[in-house]
Amino acid sequence: MATNDLKTMTVIESVRDALWGEMQRDPSVFLLGEDIGKRGGVFLATDGMLDEFGPERVIDTPLAEAAIVGVAVGAAMAGMRPVAEIQFADFIWPTINQIVGEAARVRYGTNNALHVPMVIRSPYGGQVRGGLYHSQNVEAVFAHTPGLKVVTPATPYDAKGLLKSAIRDDDPVIVLEHKRTYRSVRGEVPSTDFTIPIGSADIKRLGEDATVVTYGLTLHFALQAAEELSRDGYDIEVVDLRTVRPIDRDLVLSSIQKTNRALVVHEDNITGGVGAEICAIIAEEGFGFLDAPVMRCAGPDIPTMPFAPTLEAAYMPTADKIATNLKRLLEY
Amino acid sequence: MYPGERELIESRLTCSGLRVLEGNINPLVASESGGYNAVVVTPGSKLKQAAGLSSEDLLDVYATMLLVRALDERVWALNRQGKAAIVASCQGHEAAQLAAVWALKKNAPDYMCFTYYRDLAVTTAQGLTPLQSLLGFMAKDKEPLSAARQFPQHGASLPLKIINQSNVIGTHVPHAVGWALAKRLQQEETVVACFFGDGTTSQGEVHEAMNFASIHKLPVLFLVENNKYAISVPQSKQMAVDKISIRAAGYGMPGTTVNGTEVKESYSAVSYAVVRAVNGLGPSLVEFDVERYLPHTSDDDDSIYREKSEIEEARKRDPLLLLRAQLVTDGLLSDEHDEILRELARTEVDNATDKAEEAPYPASDNVLRHVYGD
Repeated sequence: MATNDLKTMTVIESVRDALWGEMQRDPSVFLLGEDIGKRGGVFLATDGMLDEFGPERVIDTPLAEAAIVGVAVGAAMAGMRPVAEIQFADFIWPTINQIVGEAARVRYGTNNALHVPMVIRSPYGGQVRGGLYHSQNVEAVFAHTPGLKVVTPATPYDAKGLLKSAIRDDDPVIVLEHKRTYRSVRGEVPSTDFTIPIGSADIKRLGEDATVVTYGLTLHFALQAAEELSRDGYDIEVVDLRTVRPIDRDLVLSSIQKTNRALVVHEDNITGGVGAEICAIIAEEGFGFLDAPVMRCAGPDIPTMPFAPTLEAAYMPTADKIATNLKRLLEY
Repeated sequence: MYPGERELIESRLTCSGLRVLEGNINPLVASESGGYNAVVVTPGSKLKQAAGLSSEDLLDVYATMLLVRALDERVWALNRQGKAAIVASCQGHEAAQLAAVWALKKNAPDYMCFTYYRDLAVTTAQGLTPLQSLLGFMAKDKEPLSAARQFPQHGASLPLKIINQSNVIGTHVPHAVGWALAKRLQQEETVVACFFGDGTTSQGEVHEAMNFASIHKLPVLFLVENNKYAISVPQSKQMAVDKISIRAAGYGMPGTTVNGTEVKESYSAVSYAVVRAVNGLGPSLVEFDVERYLPHTSDDDDSIYREKSEIEEARKRDPLLLLRAQLVTDGLLSDEHDEILRELARTEVDNATDKAEEAPYPASDNVLRHVYGD
């Protein structure tokens, strides 16, 4: 196999590739979660791994999310690198006590005597007809929490590189994988071992006239919107945050410095979302760059995406909605 | 009732050690008479007889208990003087805590203690000095567990085998299970002792953790210090059962209730659980029936919800008095010897108090450190 052998794969295949590689590379890595063994995970992220690595390292847990994370925290304190799967991000709330209350503050609370090199992977987000309990965006809570890192890859390449970085990180990392991208987004991924630094955003489309700052599924909608506007002669830059804690302030600000206009897009509810922090960063440090107010296009303040397809579509910041907002921004 | 329980060969344990018999693996169940079933193992098992508690051990336990009591009384005084912001007491729990530590020291190849806020006797027996504890109670510089970032007794010291990260009730129970799982994956023999109170057993995470530990037969001791009160809420409003230990059956692990004001009885039960854990037989639950002589913390007023007479009655089984009486009866302690030990404890606590009072508060430039490892 050539060292730069590229394979076209989906996001879920890339997640599995990263997990498999890390399990082979480091015996301190182990997996735990619901249905991750024989079933291979409900999305097949761990397909075949029970047979390859055995039940000691691929642990089918009881249906008890707080224990999944709590046990992972304890194991990480003891020097292991657990990768816990929370089957749907909607089920992560029973673990908040363990993630926000415990994992995030163990290093601080023990004055560095202990730390928690733990990864929590969880499929999040909607447009999968998931209704109120299989569509949620949960990133804002974790992005608000000191002690955590939160990554939100949107492409197969980023999914592999960020998951590998997360597993090798010495602090707890929440890896939120947009479940709509799992099989709908394909891309080239090197077969080789590589990592992407946590906290580094990426310009997914270069442009001059305005910047869209986004992450997750809406990255793909933003790229579609940018393509649509290019037919009208606009040249839109699209910044993929990739990590929502810590935020790559430098890249966001340098893009705004160039384009002088910013639209912040995310699927999560608008109020108190990651986008609010991006707006604050731009207002505080990039005010002088702006030719127009920073605008937001995000999910409305309803619990999350309803089940009916019409209601689901009404929630989602689609390419059309992003394009409409971009025109408003460009015409300001 | 467990499968195979009928075949138990009952054997009253004594503090001279556990009797080990060949046969089927059986659970630990306290008999009505207060005795315990023997550890019964399959032929070829590496199960050894648990070490007994010698006269010297008992005297060491007594000296430590005196020191802990003197320290515990001192921190309340410091609180009333405005020098210690918050104090929680272990008075009434000492015998259970010290017996558990001695059982671990004498029977476990290695171990880790996941403690909670009422475990001053555990931390002291593990080597946290009175000065170090006092630095914590007074939130002073060089406090060893959390650099005075946390409430007293919280944080961690790996050399002292103490982890007490959280003030949130019960969150440490799954951590203890995870630690045991990690050590198994690392092929290191260890026993994990997880201490918590009766109120904690109402938390869902405790249920989840016990279930997980038992499924994987992890070497965890769930050590419940039942003083019958969760702040003001009595056991009758916390649960509909008299004995927390009966819940162990629901997880497929042995459980027992012992008199936690009595060192030998507590030691025997924990030693049993340690030997079981070491031999891969999985977790156990030991419930210590103990007393709480003081309010929940220095911020609590127990006169609102407890009769004085109830506490006076409870003081009749003060573990310090019981152990002293035992030692005197056994001819191991004279009044003169006792006075020397008490004077040693007082002096150590006095000296530590002076040093802790002189110590500075931590420099504020430390406040942003250790959020991340980078």
